[in-house]
Amino acid sequence: MNDNKNIRRDAPWREELRRAISAKERTSIPRVKMPQLDPAYRIACNEEVNCGLDDSQAAVEASRCLDCPAPTCTEGCPVGINIPDFIKNLQHGDIAAAIGILKQDSALPAVCGRVCPQERQCESRCIYHKMKKEPVAIGYLERYVADKARAEGIEANTEAKKNGIKVAVAGSGPAALSFAGEMSRRGFDVEVFEALHEIGGVLKYGIPEFRLPNSIVDYELDNLSKSGVKFHTNTIVGKTLTFANLVERGFKGLFVASGAGLPRFMGIPGENLCGILSSNEYLTRINLMGAGRGTNDTPAPEGHSVAVIGGGNTAMDSARTARRMGAEKVMIFYRRSEAEMPARKEEIEHAKEEGIEFITLSNPVEYIGDEHGHVRSVRVQRMKLGEPDESGRRSPVPVEGAIDTFDIDLAIVSVGVSPNPLIPNSIEGLELGRRGTLVVDDNLKTSIDTIYAGGDIVRGGATVILAMGDGRHAACAMAKKLLS
Amino acid sequence: MVVLIIFSNFAVTNKTQQMNRIIEKEYFSPNVVRMVVEAPDVAKARRAGHFVIVRCGKDGERIPLTISDADIEHGTITLVIQSIGVSTRKICALEVGDEFTDLVGPLGRATDIRRHNDTVVCCGGGVGVAPLLPIVKAMKEAGNRVVSILAARSAELIILKDEVAKYSDEVIVMTDDGSMGRKGLVTQGLEDVINREKVSEVIAIGPAVMMKFVALLTKKYEVPTVCSLNTIMVDGTGMCGACRVTVGGKTRFVCVDGPEFDAHQVDFDEMLMRMKAYDKK
Repeated sequence: MNDNKNIRRDAPWREELRRAISAKERTSIPRVKMPQLDPAYRIACNEEVNCGLDDSQAAVEASRCLDCPAPTCTEGCPVGINIPDFIKNLQHGDIAAAIGILKQDSALPAVCGRVCPQERQCESRCIYHKMKKEPVAIGYLERYVADKARAEGIEANTEAKKNGIKVAVAGSGPAALSFAGEMSRRGFDVEVFEALHEIGGVLKYGIPEFRLPNSIVDYELDNLSKSGVKFHTNTIVGKTLTFANLVERGFKGLFVASGAGLPRFMGIPGENLCGILSSNEYLTRINLMGAGRGTNDTPAPEGHSVAVIGGGNTAMDSARTARRMGAEKVMIFYRRSEAEMPARKEEIEHAKEEGIEFITLSNPVEYIGDEHGHVRSVRVQRMKLGEPDESGRRSPVPVEGAIDTFDIDLAIVSVGVSPNPLIPNSIEGLELGRRGTLVVDDNLKTSIDTIYAGGDIVRGGATVILAMGDGRHAACAMAKKLLS
Repeated sequence: MVVLIIFSNFAVTNKTQQMNRIIEKEYFSPNVVRMVVEAPDVAKARRAGHFVIVRCGKDGERIPLTISDADIEHGTITLVIQSIGVSTRKICALEVGDEFTDLVGPLGRATDIRRHNDTVVCCGGGVGVAPLLPIVKAMKEAGNRVVSILAARSAELIILKDEVAKYSDEVIVMTDDGSMGRKGLVTQGLEDVINREKVSEVIAIGPAVMMKFVALLTKKYEVPTVCSLNTIMVDGTGMCGACRVTVGGKTRFVCVDGPEFDAHQVDFDEMLMRMKAYDKK
């Protein structure tokens, strides 16, 4: 693989690109700014906030990449995409080659280009940081290539000779789709079983349209379909079909990617009042069920003054969704300071632009309801950062006596998720971890020989790209085993 | 011809699902409908106590319904639906030959069916008799003495009496107006049974208020009691937490931890309050 990489880097056109401008000139080009919708406009609709780069912006940004002989950005990518390779092909105008390189390592580049935390992965390892300059916008370029390939109908070659071996996938989120794509490419007959009535998992029910349009996900699903992957909705592995049923139907392996679909609550007084819901419920109602839009029957939780509890991406998604659903006031409560927020920087910035208030170092301790059992206010304990804990992060400690009350009529609890218990509970012999995750070995194999697992059901709550990395990793391991 | 159309759909979308076709429909009363639905995998996998989630139309809500009966040979399940809101009205309007847009299951934990030393009393209120029926049947088949108490406002709302009778040693009917059986509430019938014979377990399914009062009564007599909760749900797979209830001081999810719980531990007042979460204020 390394040899291959160097041969590609040594291509005459690529040497020419490197020689075309001096390093000094190259590195003095400022990083591109992502064009985005105006905040006042976007909170009144559900359109994608980031508009994507145009051709010339993408070409200039691609030219910033130094095409390092030993690139470190690739080490920051959980699936090891050959980043300079795709960027230089893009700069060279060969979109087909660029998308081919992306697809080698990632089943869903249009998705990853939008939702990956690049600032903590590839872009955090870019050589530009050593020069005290902003890194190459790798994520924007990935998105550009995927969108361009889609618009021009360029498809990466996924033709595979079928080997006649059937494998099943439980779940249809990022880990599942990545596994399905990889196995299909290797010639396996893949069937995906999804519990909900739509394919896509968290990409559909969780991440909102304004950050990841459904049409993007549908296009990728369509590609998988064309490559021969079969999708079954409304089917719960372990319930509708047992593992034994799958074996009877000729499946030689199962990949469990059922996700972290069990929301956590804080266990504080009043948390079961009406008008207090998990971010999973809120986002599922709005995104999957279309609540509050068109002629959909599912009721939307109404709130004028909304409290969102938590500091992750899901908290930002919930707050920004509430704003779009008409809430005049949306407050994010987080027990640490903004610097410790796990959400992407871009999401935090977008949320602020949209008028969302950040009330940090504040932890809800009680909800108060009215005579109908609807939440009316939240009592919040003010915090300060204390001594660093084992993780090295300064842990929040309560400021004695500092409790404030905020009037609210909707609270969205976004303090994390636990693994979904359905499959762990219904397939006998699966070894479980402390928090109900599935225990796997280095090859992502569970305690049952023909069952592999990946994504949040193993990790307990991580990112789209890590889940996708698991899907690919498990596919390689399972394929090797089934073909030996 | 029909087959051809189905297969061409297959090829285009590569997305398959069960047909969910309604093959029988019967009115128990103007607002209560019994439907037999094609769902072979669910029919095979379900046990007493399980439920399904159905969706009617592309704009439809996901609605949980407890399975009332199943026929593995014909690949069907039986559902009983009471028309009380937008979605249940849509479901009740479906006719034989129509299909549910989506149907998924079986969900929840199955009923704990055991041979008890003494009598098992099964109490059903209104349409709660439908999910009670498979439990009555399973309890009888496990070798128990089963006394069933069916309760409703009036005679025309008493459903599935003959079916329940088939698997019960005795059936007691209670109506608010005395139009069938005895006049009075389910709790009166139950108290009489508890006073006259040793009862090992009570199972109560019906409106939350009815289950609350059954629980209060049996707590007094210290008779173990199981209830099946019908809270608001969205996905039904543990993902959203809309169905959460407090049981024994802890928050539990009806969809994955239930739907059956120890009735003496359930906070029914909270449940009643939460069921009104989306009622227009």
